[in-house]
Amino acid sequence: MENAAIIGVGMTRIEANKIRDTFADLAWEAVNKALDDAGMNMDDIDNIVTTSNDFWDGRTISCMAVSDASGAYDKNVSCVEGDGTFGAFYGLIRILSGSYGTTLVTAHSKGSEGISSLITNATFDPIYERALGLDMITGCAMQAGAFMHRTGTTAEQLAMVSVKNHGNARHNPLAQLPMDLTIDDVLNSEMIADPLHKLDCSPVSDGCCAMIIANEERAFQYKRDPVWIKGVAFCSDTYFLGDRDLSQARSLTEAARKAFAMAGIGNPANDIDVMELYDAFTYQELMWLEAMGISADGQAGRDLEEGRFAIDGDLPVNPSGGLLSGHPVIAAGLIRIGEVVKQLRGEAGQYQVKGAQRGVAQGVNGRCGQSHCVWVLDKNK
Amino acid sequence: MSKLERLIMKSGDAQQPFNYAVGMHGSKFFNALKDKKILGIKCPKCSKVYVPPRRVCGPCYEEMNKFVEVGPQGVIGTFTILRYAFIDPGTGERKPVPYGYGFVRLDGADTLFQHYIDISKESSLKIGARVEAVFADQLKGMITDIKHFRTID
Amino acid sequence: MGKKRVAIVGTGQTHHKSHRPDVNGQELINEAVQRALEDADLTIHDIEAVIIGNMDHFEGINYVDCWSVDGSGGTMKPIIKLTTGGTTGSTLAIGGYHMVASGMFKKVLVIGWEKNSESDTTGAITTAFDAVWDRQVYAGAISGLAAEAKSYMDQYGATNKDAARVVVRDRKHACNNPYAQLRKEVTIEEVLNSPMLSDPVHLLDICPRTDGACAVIMACEDVAEKITDRLDWIWAAANRHTYTYLGDATYGHLDSLTRASQEVYTKTGITEPRKQIDVIELYQPYSFAGIMWIESLGLAELGKGAEYIWSGATDMGGELPINPSGGVIGCNPIGATGLIRCAEIALQVTGKADARQVPDVNLAISTGFGGCFWSDIILHGKNKPDY
Repeated sequence: MENAAIIGVGMTRIEANKIRDTFADLAWEAVNKALDDAGMNMDDIDNIVTTSNDFWDGRTISCMAVSDASGAYDKNVSCVEGDGTFGAFYGLIRILSGSYGTTLVTAHSKGSEGISSLITNATFDPIYERALGLDMITGCAMQAGAFMHRTGTTAEQLAMVSVKNHGNARHNPLAQLPMDLTIDDVLNSEMIADPLHKLDCSPVSDGCCAMIIANEERAFQYKRDPVWIKGVAFCSDTYFLGDRDLSQARSLTEAARKAFAMAGIGNPANDIDVMELYDAFTYQELMWLEAMGISADGQAGRDLEEGRFAIDGDLPVNPSGGLLSGHPVIAAGLIRIGEVVKQLRGEAGQYQVKGAQRGVAQGVNGRCGQSHCVWVLDKNK
Repeated sequence: MSKLERLIMKSGDAQQPFNYAVGMHGSKFFNALKDKKILGIKCPKCSKVYVPPRRVCGPCYEEMNKFVEVGPQGVIGTFTILRYAFIDPGTGERKPVPYGYGFVRLDGADTLFQHYIDISKESSLKIGARVEAVFADQLKGMITDIKHFRTID
Repeated sequence: MGKKRVAIVGTGQTHHKSHRPDVNGQELINEAVQRALEDADLTIHDIEAVIIGNMDHFEGINYVDCWSVDGSGGTMKPIIKLTTGGTTGSTLAIGGYHMVASGMFKKVLVIGWEKNSESDTTGAITTAFDAVWDRQVYAGAISGLAAEAKSYMDQYGATNKDAARVVVRDRKHACNNPYAQLRKEVTIEEVLNSPMLSDPVHLLDICPRTDGACAVIMACEDVAEKITDRLDWIWAAANRHTYTYLGDATYGHLDSLTRASQEVYTKTGITEPRKQIDVIELYQPYSFAGIMWIESLGLAELGKGAEYIWSGATDMGGELPINPSGGVIGCNPIGATGLIRCAEIALQVTGKADARQVPDVNLAISTGFGGCFWSDIILHGKNKPDY
């Protein structure tokens, strides 16, 4: 893959209800932060990719709301409907195709404006599944149960993910839910859908992220040291939950395999310094770590107990607090990438992972980890 | 139900309710509407006046915050008369027809303002005809506080 | 890796109908995919990535790219969804182009589809517009288009009869297209006598509502030339998705198409589109667009579109045939429509267009339209571009 880099990042705070902000307001904030961060102005942006979801926004052609605010007036623009990691991928592809030197990628959602269970119920098949009233939480609860059953991962180990991530969030000024928790706090929190307690679940949040990607030549023309994109891959599994083994994430294994190969990562557990993963639920962080080969199958819970993934551990995972501490859907994956960029630049302040050179961000699209996108970033070219 | 009949499954009266954010610019507009004032916003760079007011001038990529009063009179930019009763997704009901709909260039504004146009004097409806806003009896801070625009002589 | 030239190596589409109760969405998609694979003489295992789209609220399914894997053949492949309203189909074609040009994927399957029969089309389109400002008053695409037509008529004196002549052309062309939904000619009188939907747009001025799917397979140059010698090369693409609120748009000429087409013409050195382009599949959802938007494409001066249409230049056998497939007036499965325009041009360039073939096609254009008067444009060529 030709060299390309991320040269600007801007994010709004993640909040439960940004009542004063329209989608356009969020985009304006994030985009201007990204432009300032990069030392660029809108004329330096060659094309734009926005990422949004019509159901979450309550509007078909959801991208229409943010085009002016994202600078798309007289530029080539497109819209990805899916997690922000996929939007960023398309933004990168438009550079690798040789058509553009810089792409501005945005991703937004305001979970506060709709009813999330109705919105996620709409991801279920209208003929066979929808009338059962399933939503993202119930679907993932089933997956959590399958994962715990197959691997022996315990409720306490799940709870530890929540303790770690909410704890990390205390040092992230943009996070929605910094919290000082114990394992018992999590286990005693309200049971939403067995085995997921309230504190096993991410909240439904509002937020927006913007990112500027550049080809090698343009990457050096602005303010920041570029953060290099060394590998990107994505892969989708089957749709019907019963068509696959829910306790394994083989599409993530495939995506990670490809991305790591592109980046020349032979031993992921050792070669990666920091990870920002899609922890929509506690069990997912453990499942994704195993699927990517960071932990042996069934061992992520034990590795967590041993402190491996703590902010001062061997391989810090979600030092930003992850989605458990703030989850604006769609923007979520782009924020994961943005947080890795911060780490590799040494800008993560009080949640900085010392000496981070190479990091991985991961995003999820669809239900129960059907489709994954993995990014490998490096401080060095 | 015979064996071959299950071709279609109805969704039922599925609903997806939303609380749409109006934003600070919109909020100002709707508050002014309650006083029967219509607000636009002016770009500091190109001086274009936009109705409805919004934060960003797309072509200039500049933030705007200079509100200006526009209308309540203007001219018809373009219009049409709906004769077919389409379903309103807000209510699920068919909109009663015929009704007029169009775009008004309010005095002082550079963009067109979309609204209903009164068709009780259909022959007076022309592009370029002068119109004025007619306000609803109850002003609630919504776009329907303006009932419609009607032609004036 | 790096920039590669990209060609369409195969296309497939369903036989578009107002209502396909015999298939669910997945099956509809699969029909188009199987036909495209057959056309390219490939199997699904040859496909390295899938790019798919539709307009969500027509079928009421969230995360459609995930839902449709059985139909698209995307299981355990990279799948991504693009959606930009009416322009979705052309946006997808442009997306497929970038995916292949990047060198990351050698063969990409592009899918556009819509099962418009499953919902209330106008209701769904109405939800595209801002809930606070535009949605209350707006009545779907037809009201905005009617207002646009009225503005043009007022400025340039065009008539309903001029618009009807466009319908006559496209409905006649559609008779040559086995995939089109509406395959019966109409007369000017029939158009003018059809029920008025929204002044000045009659029922027969406007496109139908359709269930349909289209699939296009794109490949990079190293591979494309081994797959087939009948290639449609993608020369250039551009788009403008401007305007947030309906009142911001320019009524009477399609500003976004003017700007997008100028970008493509400048990039490729086209100075006289009328002479240099051999055929156009114009995303033309209603009759008046056929007069107005050809001006935006630079084929006629402002106000002279009707004259060009009446000259017969855009009929089959004319100087520059438009919509040999019958166009959007012949069928409109919205998420697919822009991609069908692209696929139809691929058929023209590769000489596979059978009864609707325009002779000696060298350079051709397919466009997309949608949203708030947005436009996409793609330039296709018989020969490999030299850049």
